[in-house]
Amino acid sequence: MTAVPLDALPRAPDARRATRDVGWWGMALLCATEASLFASLIGSYFYLALVPANAHWPPAGIADPALGLPLLMTALLLASSGAFWWGERGIARGDARRLRLGLALAALLGIGFLLLQLHEYGDKLRHFGPTTHAYGALFYTITGFHGAHVAFGVLMLLYTGLRALRGHFTAARHQGVTTVGLYWHFVDGVWLVIVTSLYVSPHFY
Amino acid sequence: MRRLALLALPLVLPLVAACHGPMSTLGTASAPADRVARLGWFMIWLSVAIFALVCVLLVLAVRHHRARDPLAVDLAPRSKGWVVWGGAVMPGAVLGAIFVVALVGLGRFPAPPDDRDLVVHVTGHRWWWEIRYEGGAGGADGAGGAGGGPVVTANELHVPVGRTVRLLLTTDDVIHSFWVPRLQGKMDLNPGHVNDLRLSAERPGRYMGRCAEYCGLQHAHMAFAVVAEPPAAFQRWLAAERGGAREPADSLARAGRTLVTAGVCASCHTIRGTPARGTIGPDLTHLMSRQTLAAGTIPNTPGYLEAWVTDAQAFKPGALMPSLPHFDGAELRAITRYLEGLR
Amino acid sequence: MTLGVEVGAPGRERAVTERLRGLWETPPTLLAWLTTVDHKKLGVRYIVTAFVFFLLGGLEALILRLQLARADLHLLTPEAFNQLFTMHGTTMMFLVVQPMLSGFSFYLTPLLIGARELAFPRLNAFSYFAFLFAGCFLTASFLGWHAPDGGWFAYTPLTSARFAPGINLDYYTLGLVFLGISTTAGSINSIVTILKLRAPGMSLDRMPLFMWSSLTMSLSVVFAMPPLTAALVFLELERRWHFVFYEPRLGGDPLLWQHLFWFFGHPWVYILFLPATGMLSMIIPTFSRRPMVGHTFVALATVATGLVGFGVWVHHMFATGLPQLSISFFSAASMTVAIPSAVQIFAWLGTMWHGRVVLRLPMLFALAFILQFTIGGISGVMTAAIPFDWQVTDTYFVVAHLHYVLAGSSMFAVFAAIYYWYPKMTGRLLDRRLGLWSFWTMVVGFNLGFFPMHLVGLAGMPRRVYTYPAGLGWTADNLLETIGAWLFGLGVLLTVANVLRSRRHGAEAGADPWRANTLEWATHSPPEDWNFTHIPVVASRDPLWDGGVAPGPALTDGRQTLRTSTLDADVEAPIVLPEQNLWTLVISFAVLGVFVGLLLGAWWVAVAAGLLTLGSLARWFWPHPAHVEETEV
Ligand code: HEA
Ligand code: HEA
Ligand code: CUA
Ligand SMILES: [Cu+2]
Repeated sequence: MTAVPLDALPRAPDARRATRDVGWWGMALLCATEASLFASLIGSYFYLALVPANAHWPPAGIADPALGLPLLMTALLLASSGAFWWGERGIARGDARRLRLGLALAALLGIGFLLLQLHEYGDKLRHFGPTTHAYGALFYTITGFHGAHVAFGVLMLLYTGLRALRGHFTAARHQGVTTVGLYWHFVDGVWLVIVTSLYVSPHFY
Repeated sequence: MRRLALLALPLVLPLVAACHGPMSTLGTASAPADRVARLGWFMIWLSVAIFALVCVLLVLAVRHHRARDPLAVDLAPRSKGWVVWGGAVMPGAVLGAIFVVALVGLGRFPAPPDDRDLVVHVTGHRWWWEIRYEGGAGGADGAGGAGGGPVVTANELHVPVGRTVRLLLTTDDVIHSFWVPRLQGKMDLNPGHVNDLRLSAERPGRYMGRCAEYCGLQHAHMAFAVVAEPPAAFQRWLAAERGGAREPADSLARAGRTLVTAGVCASCHTIRGTPARGTIGPDLTHLMSRQTLAAGTIPNTPGYLEAWVTDAQAFKPGALMPSLPHFDGAELRAITRYLEGLR
Repeated sequence: MTLGVEVGAPGRERAVTERLRGLWETPPTLLAWLTTVDHKKLGVRYIVTAFVFFLLGGLEALILRLQLARADLHLLTPEAFNQLFTMHGTTMMFLVVQPMLSGFSFYLTPLLIGARELAFPRLNAFSYFAFLFAGCFLTASFLGWHAPDGGWFAYTPLTSARFAPGINLDYYTLGLVFLGISTTAGSINSIVTILKLRAPGMSLDRMPLFMWSSLTMSLSVVFAMPPLTAALVFLELERRWHFVFYEPRLGGDPLLWQHLFWFFGHPWVYILFLPATGMLSMIIPTFSRRPMVGHTFVALATVATGLVGFGVWVHHMFATGLPQLSISFFSAASMTVAIPSAVQIFAWLGTMWHGRVVLRLPMLFALAFILQFTIGGISGVMTAAIPFDWQVTDTYFVVAHLHYVLAGSSMFAVFAAIYYWYPKMTGRLLDRRLGLWSFWTMVVGFNLGFFPMHLVGLAGMPRRVYTYPAGLGWTADNLLETIGAWLFGLGVLLTVANVLRSRRHGAEAGADPWRANTLEWATHSPPEDWNFTHIPVVASRDPLWDGGVAPGPALTDGRQTLRTSTLDADVEAPIVLPEQNLWTLVISFAVLGVFVGLLLGAWWVAVAAGLLTLGSLARWFWPHPAHVEETEV
């Protein structure tokens, strides 16, 4: 009996998907489990917002969250995602400089987001903390978790930037970039959900 | 087969206990609990039938063709009849039946709100039950009498036979669960919530109840009793409970009262009509109207009462009542004498 | 035909084998042994470690059974009893069944799908260590009797700082978050492996049923673990820093914990159960000498159970006072979930009926599973009927249910799997006589120990009581239960003896002792480090029975295996898998450091260990210089 050589085996037709390596799949599943985590957190938020005992949400004495700053933060994150995308497009054409630029920009915008969040905390903590009321506990826990994800994402961006400087990526191989991008866009998407549920929705009930 | 025979042995004897014990879910004494017991039997017999079916099929399948050539493989495709009939049709029908029967049963819980219901507040504590009859308790038939003071007792819930009692359940600390198997299924006592449960007893008697939700060290000793009495007896009991504590009958008891109401006891217990106003432990105003001590842990006899005061921790380790070994013999006699008078 | 063995010209084949050996063998040093990424070694390690925890959890149960043997016994203090039953439940639920089933899955997955490794070998090493450390972390709580004592589902406020001020519950919250990292990592690994590394030709519909169950289990973990993590984080924040989540006076609600816990908890019990059914679906066809009847239905039933399992959690909360409309919905969903189980039971019965049953030991355990699961499943359906549940919830009836489905089903499947795959793992068969003794002792002990629990539950005995009075009709049952429990423990020990003895004295198994149908039997026992000298090319569901397999490429340019498309398993590319390195171990210790630091309130330890974790992650993912240059695709 002779062995079937590799070339004689049927090939997967879809060229684009066929280039996703296992790392990409791993990251996709990591995002899935993180999505479930944020769903649990936000689910808890709405659960407590809706229990009959909490007639006011946010409770009396805590104002509905202002929208200006979070919208600015949203803009920063969206821009950061855009910068990343722009850099990734660059390396797909072999433009390593554009990749480095895109990563640096994305990381900077991410850091900007974190600074704004710190500023917001400083401001809010003067009015209520996580021990005052369940509202505060959820607010800080949810945004804090997300902030931690952004911070981790920034570290990943810098790490990828370092790899880019070392010339690890070419037009033909930049799976690492795509994979990190998946995470970064995901964190971005989560923020949109958080803005809608934590900042915008209280204005409607 | 050998296995089945073995199974049957431990099955038969204790089954009898399951139907007749004082905590039996099947030996019921109220209309709602009867309904549940009937539902239980319905499902038990169905289960026996299904299990028997699976056993028979399994034995037949094993015996069916004992392999002659043990390693030959049969690759011929077979019909999916097994999966369709056994896997979908049969269980679909059975489950549909169970669900409908259960739902019909459920629909009869709780009885429609009735403003003549007797309302009782039951509050869980680690590890005893506070029982408080609402307002001029006795309900709209006026039997409560005029100018009713509060009726607060512990661990024994008196109800008139044949009448639906409305229980409002909550807790002072952790989650507990109210359960009187022969009368009523469980309902939890949750912090920050008040749960509404109906209870009724068809026949007079003393029905055992227990805390069913794990609540820490002495979850095992958080029993109570429901005492169902004819309406007249119930009203007598209620009237007696409404009064304050009896005056001590003799000097020994008077000495006991001082020890109790001015000493450590008063920091946890209330005795209406005295300075004792504690709320950590059960109300002792009519302690002697109850048959057990420490939520069903020990019988309420003078001997046990004395032993309990000196060494509560020996009977119920971890209970919030400390052992009080510092009372000397004379003091102890005085205390017991006073408590025995709290009828 | 054995795909581990040579095909083609002997000389060239020998050269191929030698090259593979150089690439795949774990070097014979202690450090290499410790940090190995070989899925077979790690799989066995998982199984052995989980088994040790099983003995430990079993011992805890046997001790608490002694206390319950008679009424009013005083062998244990209430503190000790509460810690024992909590740790018994926690150990069994978290450290035994899931890691055990995962261990089998990590061992078998590449062999069953014709790959050389899992998709993330280093992650596998890390998840093993994280499991081991988290298990030791939880168990260490017994030092000085500080073990968790809030029951395995730790309802708050009993577990809040106010009512549980000690360190006990901190072991629980932190230990389970730690373990969750391991479980999630392992599941992601399984999913990617099963979806992307199947041998060419093994389209999803040709995939063995155990893979379907592993896949469903792993996907369930990915979505079910986070609610638990969230609940635990909330609890720890509330305990340590007075955040408010469960305290009703400040806007919290203790029922939030119950919803989060059971939203995790019910999928979790199916996680502990589905892979066991998958194992049965491997064993029963082999010993019925015919392909599985209704293979596709069984695969669908597995996935359906996993899915519906996310919609039934409130059946653990029927007595909390939720509105009747909503509990009725969950009652209906809980009953619906019985249908896919029935599909599986009847598919097994049909397979046996249409086949010819060979009563070897794995098959005996499988048969016991079927009967015991029928009992356990039906008692589940009974508790799904709301008014009946109001009577039996929190009684020994539920304890009976959960042991019939877990000990009597999942663990029996594990024993079946031990007897079935031990020859593959070691090259030797387990002793039949000793195995029969073990089997009958276990079956008799199990049913004697757990069947009376139904009755004593109906007779009103609540669970989690450290003692009970005489005169309630409970004593006879309890004595039987204790005797049965010890008998069952003895039966377990007989298998342990068998496993240890047969390691040296067992009969040679050969590559395929059962003449089975799936790919793991097409390679040596135990398999070479690279599993298959030639990646198999698959053309059927039962390749070893109908000849639906051919040797494919040998792939010797590095530690390679094939990445194939998700549905049809057409070739995408050969991929290179990383070799072992030290960082997996370092990072496991670092994460352990984080949790120990948090437990002891030594914040600087936690922070330092956290930084070390980040640093070693960076090292871990920094590509080996040799790999940077390689082109993909
Ligand atoms: C392996 C784990 C496992 C499995 C598979 C199951 C399976 C099921 N479980 Fe169980 N369950 C647990 C583990 C498991 N459970 C645990 C650990 C607890 C307790 C947690 C605790 O409180 O500590 C629990 C508790 C529990 C409760 C809560 C009880 C209470 O606390 O009051 C309920 C209520 O509905 C329930 C229901 C079910 C149902 C309907 C199934 C179904 O999936 C069963 C379906 C299977 C069958 C029905 C048998 C096969 C089918 C046939 C032979 C066909 C014919 C049958 C019929 C027509 C009925 N389970
Ligand atoms: C997979 C799950 C699983 C398994 C296999 C078991 C196995 C056993 N369980 Fe348990 N059990 C649970 C999961 C499980 N259990 C859960 C989730 C709970 C609920 C906990 C809670 O309420 O929070 C529970 C609760 C529970 C209770 C109720 C406690 C209470 O409510 O107060 C009891 C009581 O009898 C019990 C008994 C047993 C027994 C006798 C075994 C036997 O099968 C054990 C067999 C014995 C062995 C396997 C040990 C053999 C080893 C030796 C004899 C020597 C060992 C030597 C060394 C370690 C060196 N279990
Ligand atoms: Cu109160 Cu258990
Ligand atoms: Cu469940």
